[in-house]
Amino acid sequence: MPFSRYVEVGRVVLVNYGPETGKLATIIDIVDQNKCLIDGPEEITGVSRQVIPFTRIALTDFTVKIQRNARTKTLKKAWEEADTMNKWEASSWAKKLSAKKKRASLSDFGRFKAMVARKQKSEIISKKMTELGA
Amino acid sequence: MTVSGIMKQFQVVGRKAPTDAVPNPEAYRMIIFAPNAVIAKSKFWYYMHQFRKMKKTTGEILDVVEIVEKNNRIVKNYGIWLRYSSRSGTHNMYREFRDVSLTGAVSQLFDEMAGRHRTRPRSIQIIRTATVATKDLKRVNGMQFAKANVKFPLPHRVASAKRGQKALSSRTFTTVRPTTFFG
Repeated sequence: MPFSRYVEVGRVVLVNYGPETGKLATIIDIVDQNKCLIDGPEEITGVSRQVIPFTRIALTDFTVKIQRNARTKTLKKAWEEADTMNKWEASSWAKKLSAKKKRASLSDFGRFKAMVARKQKSEIISKKMTELGA
Repeated sequence: MTVSGIMKQFQVVGRKAPTDAVPNPEAYRMIIFAPNAVIAKSKFWYYMHQFRKMKKTTGEILDVVEIVEKNNRIVKNYGIWLRYSSRSGTHNMYREFRDVSLTGAVSQLFDEMAGRHRTRPRSIQIIRTATVATKDLKRVNGMQFAKANVKFPLPHRVASAKRGQKALSSRTFTTVRPTTFFG
């Protein structure tokens, strides 16, 4: 399978290690074979401008149209124009992440309730399936 | 000199101690890269006594200030001229680095000299530094990331267990091969 996600100016990335874990950012410039300069923009994603190694980021499918070394203001505008945050929220990757987060925040009783609800759901489905003669 | 973490840039001003014969000796200013102000002052005397007949015991430091780079929001190309002593002799060298600050580039230099030439920080002397425009870069292969429209994939990503990948769990053995292709 060919590559579809590239390290390039404007690529939206997910930080997966360090203090900014779980936040989105944009590649502003490439420093060398190991590092790149990223910027949230901070107002939208909470990541300030910084140099980060490639090992700490995951590339996403999204890009925004910006110039190399774009200002935070231009970047924010590009994000709003491309509606990147909503596109990300709609992606299955983001959904999985938020589901994981939600599950981790549940108490034991909460997890029990989730288990019961899942059982009920599958019961309804199987009932319907037999009704349909499948 | 030892190096720990990021190097700092200091401006050190010093002169010979004033005497009755010479009440107002000439002051000299030097830009020095060092981890702290104490080492910067020491380095000042080391370099100064090679240029002028001056030394610490008969001189005085007038001022030491750290120079902090304001513009660290874009990546620049830095050229560094240096002199270092290897196991067999002294060499001059020119190297280029990309970083957001000069101190970052100098730190990279010390790391790379240690890695490539086994050179310790004490045997490196930085002669001159400059920011270099992309068209004037000399080390083309090392500086290919300075070109416009750089684009490359991240192939074969081996995640460490710290990155929380399922296949590489905290257990020693696993039956699942790790995913290394992330598109």
